[in-house]
Amino acid sequence: MPKIINKGQIVEDKWTILPKNFSGEPPAGTLLILPMKFWLEHKDDIRLPVIGVWIDSDEEVEAIGEDANLFPLIAVNFPSFTDGRGFSIGRLLRERYEFTGQLRAIGNPNRDQLFYLKRCGFDAFDLKEGANLEAALASLNDFSITYQNAADQSDPLFRRKEE
Amino acid sequence: MYRYTENDQKIIEERVAQFRGQTERYLAGELANEEFLPLRLQNGLYIQRLAPMLRIAVPYGLLNSAQFRKLAHVARHFDKGYCHFTTRQNIQFNWPQLEEVPDILAELAQVQMHAVQTSGNCIRNITSDQYAGVAGDEIEDPRPWCEILRQWSTFHPEFAYLPRKFKIAVSGSESDRAAILVHDIGLQLVRNEADELGFKVLVGGGLGRTPVIGSVIREFLPWQHILGYLDAIVRVYNRYGNRDNKYKARIKILVRAWTPEVFAEKVEKEWAHIMDGPCTLTQGEVDRVKQHFTLPAYETLDAASTDAALAAQAADNKAFAKWLERNTLPHRVSGYSIVNLSLKPTGVAPGDVTDTQLETIADLADRYSFGEIRATHNQNLVLADVRKSELFELWQQAKVAGFATPNIGTLTDLICCPGGDFCSLANAKSIPVAEAIQRRFDDMDYVYDLGDLTLNISGCMNACGHHHVGNIGILGVDKKGAEFYQVQLGGTADNGAALGNVLGPSFGQEEIPDIIGKILDVYVANRQGDELFIDTYRRIGLNPFKESVYAKDH
Ligand code: SF4
Repeated sequence: MPKIINKGQIVEDKWTILPKNFSGEPPAGTLLILPMKFWLEHKDDIRLPVIGVWIDSDEEVEAIGEDANLFPLIAVNFPSFTDGRGFSIGRLLRERYEFTGQLRAIGNPNRDQLFYLKRCGFDAFDLKEGANLEAALASLNDFSITYQNAADQSDPLFRRKEE
Repeated sequence: MYRYTENDQKIIEERVAQFRGQTERYLAGELANEEFLPLRLQNGLYIQRLAPMLRIAVPYGLLNSAQFRKLAHVARHFDKGYCHFTTRQNIQFNWPQLEEVPDILAELAQVQMHAVQTSGNCIRNITSDQYAGVAGDEIEDPRPWCEILRQWSTFHPEFAYLPRKFKIAVSGSESDRAAILVHDIGLQLVRNEADELGFKVLVGGGLGRTPVIGSVIREFLPWQHILGYLDAIVRVYNRYGNRDNKYKARIKILVRAWTPEVFAEKVEKEWAHIMDGPCTLTQGEVDRVKQHFTLPAYETLDAASTDAALAAQAADNKAFAKWLERNTLPHRVSGYSIVNLSLKPTGVAPGDVTDTQLETIADLADRYSFGEIRATHNQNLVLADVRKSELFELWQQAKVAGFATPNIGTLTDLICCPGGDFCSLANAKSIPVAEAIQRRFDDMDYVYDLGDLTLNISGCMNACGHHHVGNIGILGVDKKGAEFYQVQLGGTADNGAALGNVLGPSFGQEEIPDIIGKILDVYVANRQGDELFIDTYRRIGLNPFKESVYAKDH
């Protein structure tokens, strides 16, 4: 089973991602992450009890919006590591739609983005195959102080009392 | 000038450690080239034609003498003994070794300097007015606001992978010396009818391949909301800016495609969610930052007697008088002057300074100007608070050190990017063109007679030499593999920036001094009274210049 980083731990991943152009009947008996478009088109007929959904970087997170908390897991795709749209999508899910489930970065996020991803609300990271996950964990804590408020920190530095 | 808190210092030190680890992984082959690329760029490190180039941030152009001495040390021990001041008030080292860059950054961190976000597709170093705090026409000192924005933009988690680079400039004066019309975001500090402070917000200006003048999207934004409003603008850009074609990826293209009105609506809609949230600035924070920018301990000087003494010195010494006229500016406080140190002597690449010169400038700053130095957009340095009674002494010392060329604001004070001698993106060399022009027009009386005139040279479309906004702009172009130069006329950077118009077909390198000579002849023949070049151009238009330059023998 492939491994991911989840809440600072290296764990086996039980979820299966369906491709963006998936059509037909989603297979039963496994935990599925459906493409957002598929979910939007079929949400009334999907009978699986538990599903996740994934958003591509060029899609509008507003389409899920207030429904975010229907899902235990939402994944955001980073088609290339230079495509930074997912950072905004993550913050919107956490800060605007108050999503509380697992927020997973998929596609091509890399180790050196983990700190920023974490700040934008991501708590799970599917790094590219062969990445050294043990070593990558260290990058989650590249900085001990931050200036801005973000998904991980409700106040900017200038409003924090204790620091 | 702003002094780091323990937190600020820690953040910069953690950055050095992070980059050291990244560099080690890259050198060990654990990090692919394309993955290392954005990481090194966000630390100012380019791989250039001959060697890496390291760009150091000079937040809003402000430096102190300790930082100059550290730069001298770095130039001496890690480079070939000099550094280069850029048109964005930053500093570049042209010859560092990749393996040593983490050590250089560690050295710089000791004097509160860094290379954070000086390159890459992120929010770049914030620029401002080089005369902030001493200019007579100031509405509000922009420096505390720039520092607040520096902290907001530093390692902003959401905006490290934007479609393209993103530049913000802030002006606090009536006359704009920060070129806010040609930045991705331009901010003008203003007061409303109730005398409350706020920002006029412009977006979508820029030079480069498609030069555009920015559009106002908000006439007045109360100061408390600046960070949230910027978050909204950059978020809209991050989500909807073009990512398929790097030449269409700047915010100006998005603003133009949507129209400024639609862009403004999108921003306001996004901002409605953020408004009054935690990033709303507090008076306490503004006061904390402002206390770092208090006025230096000016003395009350007897203006009448110093002015008389100065006039006497000037009457005795024509060279000093010329320097006073060109290289100094009136100060807000009586008895003081603003002094420009020219980094444009003929034969030296514009903006280049050696290690020993850096130390000399540090000494001059300590002796004459409260230990502070400013870098200008024109690639010169400024000592902003010099007693008039010490100008003569300072001039003598600056002359020996090579910074007293009395050419500020004239033809030979030209702006020039590193061009084909260093830059791997260049179409053509720019430094030799600058030198040829300086040599050709070495008669200072002629140059003074021409008066205020800006000449800007870029080695390619990226426009680091700001050729679009020079009264005379020169752009390196590639014609079937050969280096050619296109000439533009009529640009201005200050006070209502205007973009120049292309004169016509391009020229070979050796033709350029003659072409400039012909352009100047047309100006001299047509000017009325003491009309400036730009005003004559605006009155008579491009055609007379075109006719003269391309007449028969061409
Ligand atoms: S204008 Fe072009 S040649 Fe000059 S420094 Fe910029 S990228 Fe290089």
